[in-house]
Amino acid sequence: MKRLLIALMTTTAALSVAASAEAADKLKACWVYTGPIGDFGYSYQHDQGRLAVEKALGDKVETAFLENVSEGPDADRAFERLAREGCNMIFGTSFGFMDPELKAAKKFPDVKFEHATGYKSADNMGLYNARFYEGRYVLGQIAAKESKTGVAGYIVSFPIPEVVMGINSFMLGAQSINPDFKAKIVWVNSWFDPGKEADAAKALFDQGADIIVQHTDSTAALQVAEERKLHGFGQSSDMIKFAPNAQLTSLTDEWGPYYVSRVQAALDGTWKPDNVWLGIKDGAVKLAPFTNMPDDVKAMAEATAKKISEGWNPFTGPVAKQDGTEWLKDGEVADDGTLLGMNFYVKGVDDKLPQ
Amino acid sequence: MEIAVNILLTIATAATPLLIAAMGELVVERSGVLNLGVEGMMIMGAVGGFGAGYLTGSPWIGLLVAVAMGAVFSLLFAFMTLTLATNQVATGLSLTLLGLGLSGMMGTSFVGQPGERLPNLDIPGLTSIPVVGKLFFGQDPVFYISIALTIAVAWFLFRTRTGLTLRSIGDSHTSAHALGIPVLRYRYLAVVFGGACAGLAGGQLSLVYTPQWVENMSAGRGWIALALVVFASWRPWRVLGGAYIFGAVWIGQLHAQAFGIPVPSQLLSSLPYLATVVVLVLISRNKRLTMMNTPASLGQPFVPDR
Repeated sequence: MKRLLIALMTTTAALSVAASAEAADKLKACWVYTGPIGDFGYSYQHDQGRLAVEKALGDKVETAFLENVSEGPDADRAFERLAREGCNMIFGTSFGFMDPELKAAKKFPDVKFEHATGYKSADNMGLYNARFYEGRYVLGQIAAKESKTGVAGYIVSFPIPEVVMGINSFMLGAQSINPDFKAKIVWVNSWFDPGKEADAAKALFDQGADIIVQHTDSTAALQVAEERKLHGFGQSSDMIKFAPNAQLTSLTDEWGPYYVSRVQAALDGTWKPDNVWLGIKDGAVKLAPFTNMPDDVKAMAEATAKKISEGWNPFTGPVAKQDGTEWLKDGEVADDGTLLGMNFYVKGVDDKLPQ
Repeated sequence: MEIAVNILLTIATAATPLLIAAMGELVVERSGVLNLGVEGMMIMGAVGGFGAGYLTGSPWIGLLVAVAMGAVFSLLFAFMTLTLATNQVATGLSLTLLGLGLSGMMGTSFVGQPGERLPNLDIPGLTSIPVVGKLFFGQDPVFYISIALTIAVAWFLFRTRTGLTLRSIGDSHTSAHALGIPVLRYRYLAVVFGGACAGLAGGQLSLVYTPQWVENMSAGRGWIALALVVFASWRPWRVLGGAYIFGAVWIGQLHAQAFGIPVPSQLLSSLPYLATVVVLVLISRNKRLTMMNTPASLGQPFVPDR
């Protein structure tokens, strides 16, 4: 009996060694999404990035993900679970994961963490983000050219810097074409509720807006624009199929190249926490083909996108804050720190920022 | 005037799924069963309706499939709670969780595909009448179904013998059983009716409200429908009123924001829920009235002694 037991113990020990040796060859990269991967928006795009990693690195990696993780305390458990399940690298893809992820990073120093759109980092937690505002400046210019009423409707989720930055950049772009351009802003307090987004779009159109911009994830608002024979911009994914006559362009994210490079770095042992902010130039921010607009507007949009990809920053002075005080002097360029913590509007935004 | 009509139309579209799902749940609860799975049945209706509409190209078939989907899904709940006498609260909650997960899995291939929208009613000569034409003769078919449903349920529960029997089961299943009424058969039918209504509400979401499929697209509407039933103290016409108040407050706050009224948007967003709390407080002040309307054996499992 005793002999049998010893034999059993040695085999299990050998087995577990074999298992861990195999695991060591493979890198396990994991993702945490705030929405469902079927949202055809933000989380969907991140998951496309994960699939790109699987495709590019094949056998060398194993991937896993948790979707629908709510921001806040729930996220604590998500990160901890992934770290305990043997993930070597974890990507937290939403702003609200910042603190939970930092906590996990301190608790699991051997795991490599990366957080999107936040500002807190650690020795084993890097930051990455995309300069969506670059694209939003172009949207602003197109809106000002294409709008007949001179009013855009802007559907937004939560008053975080990322969103405020987008509104400001959009307005600067619009004002560069039409200084009197107005945007009506509606907060729906949700990243994802198609019904609410559709209702918000209807309310905005009813009040005289004729172009819809959104910083929420579903295609609902564009479908309303299509029904009313007006225009709008897509978000996260190319939504042209939902609004063939309404979509002017779509501000899309492409995370694949970045994820592949980071996972490759981890495989090579060269991974270091970094703070990168990718833009149009890096291919992380893309504008879907310009459609439903005259050629001159299209040419203007393309020229602006090119100018930005060559290094010009939409937040270049002179820019005044909402109350009229000076923010950027003539020729002054906003630094990234200010942009990432942006909590004020620029001049001409017709809304009170919820605090 | 144009804007007022548009606002009313928007309110109707927002209120319709709440009204339909709540009306179904009202019948279920009147029979003494508490089904917390409304959200799950609704999302199953949404995915089934979208899928069928997308694959066949006919939103009408989609709507039928949505109804069937909700009904079939509710059978699972009925079997568990009625035949096996499991805990209704736990079973209902798991039905919601199951529905949310299962619909996401079933709908994977529908993500990112534009769907079919049910056409609005268009009666020559009537729909083009200014103001009233669009409101009364130009809405989507599900809107008319929801109004007909309210009338039918109100009539059934309070004007027919079967309705009376159903209510008596909800008040005391043991007495009803002693009188020889087939309690479980009534409850099965009520639960399936509730499921069909939730499925129809889901179909409205993916075929009228926002013709698309995305995971979690019901976004909590099933829970609001559940709250509406209590809000309405189990009376059909009050459910209608509640659904429209809810819709009006919600759409109203969007317009207030777009208009630039400087009120914090978080407060505006919570207004519909605040309204629910206020009404509940007002209703519960009259204890006797509340007691009279609440089905007395709500949520209690019934095991017939043979």
